Amino acid sequence: MNNLLKVSPSPHIHARDDTKKLMSGVIIALIPAFIASVYYFGWGAVIVTLTSVLSCVFFEYVIQKYLIRGPVTVTDWSAVVTGLLLAFNVPSNLPVYIIIIGSLVAIGVGKMSFGGLGNNPFNPALVGRVFLLISFPVRMTTWPVPSGFKTGYADAVTGATPLGIVKEGLRNGETIHQLMAQVPDHMQMFYGHMGGSMGEVSAVALLLGFAYLLIRKIITWHIPVAVTGSVVIFTLILWLINPEKNSDPLFHLLTGGVLLGAIFMATDYVTSPMVPKAMLIYGAGIGIITVIIRVYGSYPEGVSFAILIMNAFVPLMNAYIKPRRFGEEVKNG
Amino acid sequence: MLKTFPRGGVHPPENKLTAGCPIEVLPLPQSVTIPITQHLGATPVITVNKGDKVLAGQLIARAGGYISANVHSSVSGTISKIDVITDISGYKQTCIFIDVSGDEWVGDIDRNPDIIKEIRHTPEEIIQKCLDAGIVGMGGATFPAHVKLKIPAGKKCNLLIINGVECEPYLTSDHRLMLEKGEEVITGARIMMKALGVTRAIIGIENNKPDAIEHLGSLLNGQEDIIIQPLKVKYPQGGEKQLIKALTGREVPPGGLPIDVGVIVHNAGTAFAVYEAVQKNKPLFERVVTVTGNSLKKPGNFLVRIGTPVVKLIEAAGGLPENTGKIISGGPMMGKALSNTQIPVVKGTSGIVVFSEKESARIPYGPCIRCSKCVSVCPMGLEPYLLMALSEKELYERIRNERVTDCMECGSCSFVCPAHRPLLDYIRLGKSTVIKMMREKSMK
Repeated sequence: MNNLLKVSPSPHIHARDDTKKLMSGVIIALIPAFIASVYYFGWGAVIVTLTSVLSCVFFEYVIQKYLIRGPVTVTDWSAVVTGLLLAFNVPSNLPVYIIIIGSLVAIGVGKMSFGGLGNNPFNPALVGRVFLLISFPVRMTTWPVPSGFKTGYADAVTGATPLGIVKEGLRNGETIHQLMAQVPDHMQMFYGHMGGSMGEVSAVALLLGFAYLLIRKIITWHIPVAVTGSVVIFTLILWLINPEKNSDPLFHLLTGGVLLGAIFMATDYVTSPMVPKAMLIYGAGIGIITVIIRVYGSYPEGVSFAILIMNAFVPLMNAYIKPRRFGEEVKNG
Repeated sequence: MLKTFPRGGVHPPENKLTAGCPIEVLPLPQSVTIPITQHLGATPVITVNKGDKVLAGQLIARAGGYISANVHSSVSGTISKIDVITDISGYKQTCIFIDVSGDEWVGDIDRNPDIIKEIRHTPEEIIQKCLDAGIVGMGGATFPAHVKLKIPAGKKCNLLIINGVECEPYLTSDHRLMLEKGEEVITGARIMMKALGVTRAIIGIENNKPDAIEHLGSLLNGQEDIIIQPLKVKYPQGGEKQLIKALTGREVPPGGLPIDVGVIVHNAGTAFAVYEAVQKNKPLFERVVTVTGNSLKKPGNFLVRIGTPVVKLIEAAGGLPENTGKIISGGPMMGKALSNTQIPVVKGTSGIVVFSEKESARIPYGPCIRCSKCVSVCPMGLEPYLLMALSEKELYERIRNERVTDCMECGSCSFVCPAHRPLLDYIRLGKSTVIKMMREKSMK
């Protein structure tokens, strides 16, 4: 034998997972929600998604290659995930130039300015989305109603989201009982037949993706369960106190991107805590802030803001919430 | 319900290629190279000179202190030189080279294969015999066994655990030993129980060795002093602290020893060596080694004399494949990569794993994506991503506070990292620096 032996420290074997496989797993988990979007919103969903993904990848490439002049890492698929999530968080009739601006902010400000993958404190897709929400408040809250391919991308019929209808109605003194007649029933909402951001509407599609993420062990249950659990508990208490002023927990769970946020946005590896205990606190915080914004704030929805606010607490949680060390509390059986 | 430890752990592909291969006796090599330090502890003192004729089982280096071990010749022949080589650990090490002329054993070794179950010796005699025979932990840690058979003043032991877990992928030497030498392993366990003065022992075996579990169970035949406990397959269950937790629910405190929770753990291979030392007067000069790898023609389990060059084992397993990239002494999770094939087998060599070029390549690593997989697999409840970052930045005071010294280097974090980050490499660096700093501080 002429070749030299390799000498390196243990371990000498590795599990098969890598960053790219995890990212592509997230992409696969998003496919059901994408299909649902196309089903409900037609060409608009396709155009928004393609624009967002292509421009996110493009901006990451350009920034890494010509600005940073470092290694280009678009092949790890993380920019694709950011692009998909940004698209899922905007209306399906959003003009292309606005999506491109959102992608630039998401990748340029949200991700690359902090040092790229692994270093950004805030969820890049949500940085992009909130930037657009503040910059283009009308376009970002003009929701097409689900009509499949019957209307085109530019001439979509628009209407308010269920959360918007309820918020507006309560302000005008209507009761929940009256308002519930104006929104789709729970079963329709479960399938996704309602206005909203293109990827958030179909609960059943998002849950399919969740099941896939759990089976592939890409994420753990902690964050999604904590987010949805705290939303349900908080809104249940409010509903029990006054069912004429507060919507029921299931309504809150199925609307306004709680599931998209809980399953895909809050679980973003980089911007969520490292320890299960902290994940539960972080998830509960997101759920509580979401409900506070929805019920007491001026915006009808609050998931994006809630996640960004809790993102800001993650470094603190990582520094001070530690796993239980082996042997720390000695139990002698 | 199968028992296991609750926190962390991984499940690497088992690859127990040689589980069905009976132990074969490896032919004697032409020469052996016996390192004088094959254990954890003080360096022994050489008791022979160049040109001396020695018999198999004859003392050639005497324990250099209490925590040290005797070393015996594994063959009969002539000492050709005493020289320094690079050993398995990569450090320079004094070795005794012996040209083999035959296989004559020291007179008082009982070479009769009959099994002697009756234990005639007192606890003190048992400990003395283990010391004389140079018995060390055979699982790989190589801590002198006689030290662990004597309970320190003020401590109490109420349970002996025999570690038959063999959680490392590929390795099957303990598995074969329990199958083929089950009676000896059980008697060895009883000898150690007598030395420790305990009435209870548990043999922990992972459930991927059902034949061994069944065989030992049938040998016990209803006797209740020893329990065979099947365990769920999970790495690193063979880690002392994890095994104690799995079997008893007790947790050894950080920096503590098993005796702090009333337990002593010995490996199944050690139990066999203790049997041979006490009942047969046989010093530890041969052991079972698994020689394995997907690229080998005839992987197997071999009874090998200490000091045999690794190349002889690989030849017996069908020769070194053309595409070999790495040779590992021990298992692939915690074993050490060898720099050449002339390195000798020592008391702690449980296996030789041969990897092809493709299997041995390390993939370049990317940035940490903070997926927290390393945190969830760490059996000690540490945060490997953080320990690596602190070690990279040389923040030793902080890495010490994050309990780097609790790390047992099982490698689960590096194994699972999707960004292929060399977590354990950096943690080791941080750990050894912290230990060095602590030592220097205590000397001042």
